[in-house]
Amino acid sequence: MEGAALLGRLIWQLAQVVNVSPETPRVKTVVFDVPAWPGHRSGQHVDVRLTAEDGYQVERSYSIASAPNATHVELTVERLDDGEVSPYLTDELRPGDRIELRGPVGGYFVWEPGLRGPVLLVGGGSGIVPLMAMIRERAAADDDVDMRLVFSSRGWDDVIYRDELEHLAGNGLTVVHTLTRSQPAGWAGYARRVDAEMLAEVGPAAGDRPLIYVCGPTPFVESVATALVGLGHEAYRIKTERFGPTGG
Amino acid sequence: MDQLMLDGNGVAGLLQEVFAVEMTTAVGTCAACSAVEPLGAVHVFRSAGVVLRCPHCDHVLAKIVKRGGQACVDLGGFRALATTARV
Repeated sequence: MEGAALLGRLIWQLAQVVNVSPETPRVKTVVFDVPAWPGHRSGQHVDVRLTAEDGYQVERSYSIASAPNATHVELTVERLDDGEVSPYLTDELRPGDRIELRGPVGGYFVWEPGLRGPVLLVGGGSGIVPLMAMIRERAAADDDVDMRLVFSSRGWDDVIYRDELEHLAGNGLTVVHTLTRSQPAGWAGYARRVDAEMLAEVGPAAGDRPLIYVCGPTPFVESVATALVGLGHEAYRIKTERFGPTGG
Repeated sequence: MDQLMLDGNGVAGLLQEVFAVEMTTAVGTCAACSAVEPLGAVHVFRSAGVVLRCPHCDHVLAKIVKRGGQACVDLGGFRALATTARV
């Protein structure tokens, strides 16, 4: 499978929508049946290509949300109002529709069971998506590696995968939320942007040499990575994935 | 068109299309500051084409423009580029 995933020409293929379901008011998960899917690794992407009637084409890259053992390929997409692709994926697609996909692609921002822990995942908003593939794969593989997630969302209703994360927490998985803009009544958790103090409290300590994956908007990733280096984490153990403010 | 900053992970498909191997784990050396980074970690600006920049000194590492089914690739900003995928 590794060879198939790493080598050879990428081929566009038609994927059929199986289901579309809301995660939050702005985010939906689209489930695809991809006939010749070669399998993927947690953290990899697919490219999506849309073609207009006049032939105009636009491509975007999306992280795969589903674990490699899942039967379908799931993408979780945040609707960007001025985007060229995301409003189509979240608003227009219906079960039975077909769109062009290619992949999986990427290999830098990936995790797999059996890698020595501990693991620290830091996600901002829809930056949770590739991290969720890792969390799901860890659960499916019954891997009990110490994995900690720090997840920054605007408010409680904006927390993507909220119920599933609550269900999966435990057995070595720690889930820590921070709500940066609004908090429900009685909220006792973090209510600020991710900072060095928060990362130090959640751990693991730099001396435990965690593998670290940070994914979110560019300023989020820059500030978290800088804070982690300041805490003594080795830069080469911090893998980052950033997306621009107008991703589409 | 707005410039969109992301990183090499977001153009993994384009890179694999051009090089026919997985390239986000390929390691590039910046010709300007000699920093060494996997392509997944370099900064990427996307407009009419794709520009890869060094995350340490902002030097332009590479430019890729696709037109009419062909890709034009300028790798002049790398001193070295080593793939890690088996070739």
